[in-house]
Amino acid sequence: MSLACLSDDQRFGLSRRVSLPGPLRLDGGATLSPVEIAYETYGTLDGQAGNAILVCHALTGDHHLASPHPRTGKPGWWQRMVGPGKPIDTNRFFVVCANVLGSCMGSSGPASINPATGRAWGMAFPVITIRDMVRAQALLLDHLGIARLAAVVGGSMGGMQALSWAATYPTRVAAAVVIASTARHTAQNIAFHEVGRQAVMADPNWRGGDYYDGEAPARGLAVARMAAHITYLSEAGLTEKFGRRLQAREAKSFGFDADFQVESYLRHQGLTFTDRFDANSYLYITRAMDYYDLAEEHGGRLASAFEPATRFCLVSFDTDWLYPTAESRAIVQALNAAGAPASFVELSSPYGHDAFLLESPELDRIVAGFLGA
Amino acid sequence: MTLRPDLAIIAAHVARGSRVLDVGCGTGDLMAALRDRAGVDARGLEIDAVKVADAVARGLSVIQGDADVDLAGYPDASFDYAILSQTLQTARAPHLVLDHLLRMGRRAFVSFPNFAHWRVRLSLLWGGRMPVTRLLPEEWYDTPNIHHVTIDDFRAFLRTRGIVVKRAWFLSGDKEIGGAAANLLAEHAVFLLARNHQG
Repeated sequence: MSLACLSDDQRFGLSRRVSLPGPLRLDGGATLSPVEIAYETYGTLDGQAGNAILVCHALTGDHHLASPHPRTGKPGWWQRMVGPGKPIDTNRFFVVCANVLGSCMGSSGPASINPATGRAWGMAFPVITIRDMVRAQALLLDHLGIARLAAVVGGSMGGMQALSWAATYPTRVAAAVVIASTARHTAQNIAFHEVGRQAVMADPNWRGGDYYDGEAPARGLAVARMAAHITYLSEAGLTEKFGRRLQAREAKSFGFDADFQVESYLRHQGLTFTDRFDANSYLYITRAMDYYDLAEEHGGRLASAFEPATRFCLVSFDTDWLYPTAESRAIVQALNAAGAPASFVELSSPYGHDAFLLESPELDRIVAGFLGA
Repeated sequence: MTLRPDLAIIAAHVARGSRVLDVGCGTGDLMAALRDRAGVDARGLEIDAVKVADAVARGLSVIQGDADVDLAGYPDASFDYAILSQTLQTARAPHLVLDHLLRMGRRAFVSFPNFAHWRVRLSLLWGGRMPVTRLLPEEWYDTPNIHHVTIDDFRAFLRTRGIVVKRAWFLSGDKEIGGAAANLLAEHAVFLLARNHQG
């Protein structure tokens, strides 16, 4: 296949969207048809379709991986990592990033139109799992003509998908990079998500998820985001950034205004989030993460989830208390037991879980070296 | 790249295409040599994060971990060779680490600096001070070498634990010497070990 032919191919490029007939059988028992997927591709697929890397995004991410967001103009969320000459080098690799099932950025989710009713799905959208997201991505790869991935890469929920890819389609994944992630959601992870969901559902505007004709439950979603955002940072990071400093005032107000900088920051984070994210999508995706337990899907033994055919690279961060190093270590032990080639390193960062998205020359070096091998 | 002499001996005696675990692999010099020259499937364990990053960046499969803690997670008989070079003397429980090596590996290579080398003896005898030598360069208070061992100590230890010496190499400077007066003359020893029920 010539380069010219590829560049004319409407399947490849930025801001792509495809409606695949499916049907997609979901873990919950329902089937979805058709399956809409929004995605982007970078670089050129080689003649054997052997240089494809799938990058999986996190909870509230999107498929604008390394290109400016078409609406906001903001740089792609991992532009640091993906591009010509970057650790995930688009001169060498053909990179795909797809918006996850259940999201609100263009792929099928509760905010999309239910073909049966002509109205938004709302809570009639089937509950999905991480593995369902992966199965939808597999449909997309079939459509793109990619039988086997050179690598699947992801951080946080993206890492869960990368692990799920290796477990669900071991023959389709040569290598997996799993950053700041886990093989299961713990009671604490579920607990934080439940606080967020309850905040959304307690907002009178939520109306059982049927709010698309009126006001969105923005206040509830903002509170959900505030609670979640705390889990992405470290105590030391918060102290360094805000301490007990007051927000644009000399003294405490003896009221309930945002006296502290950290309060003002969280309120801002919550508010801006509601501009870009759908509350029902937040419910569905957090649910998918809570249901995720890779060992449970494989008879309770994590090692049974993996085959030696896939190479793995895991990275954790020492101040990440959302998915701490111990979770990565448990995965590494399972990979050792399964005989899979595995690399693992805990990197030092003051920034908690969010470190995986921030500047880290060590991470860049590891990812580039692992993918280059 | 030139390998450290003990690593060169190990590299020369690992069978082509075998499966190897290098415990305390550092930046992966031996692993890379085994992979490139002998098609060995090499895995590594290293405690220092920066060294792990170096090794992974050169495409090696290395896990950050502690030999005293993390070997228990490896399954039995999963490697042809388990290698412990210059790491035995840094372990909190060297005897348990050695048990793990021969549990995971069919054979084990172990190399260590000999604390009974004449220069070490002289340092203690004449100087009355803890030896600081080429192979043991740290002062007593900041040394990672917390279990100094001599060649004769090691031989006696192997006998009591039912471990067989398949072969041994002794180094003075970077040259190989005979085994006769090794405990006095060798700076450095490399042992190839097996459980005694194996042929």
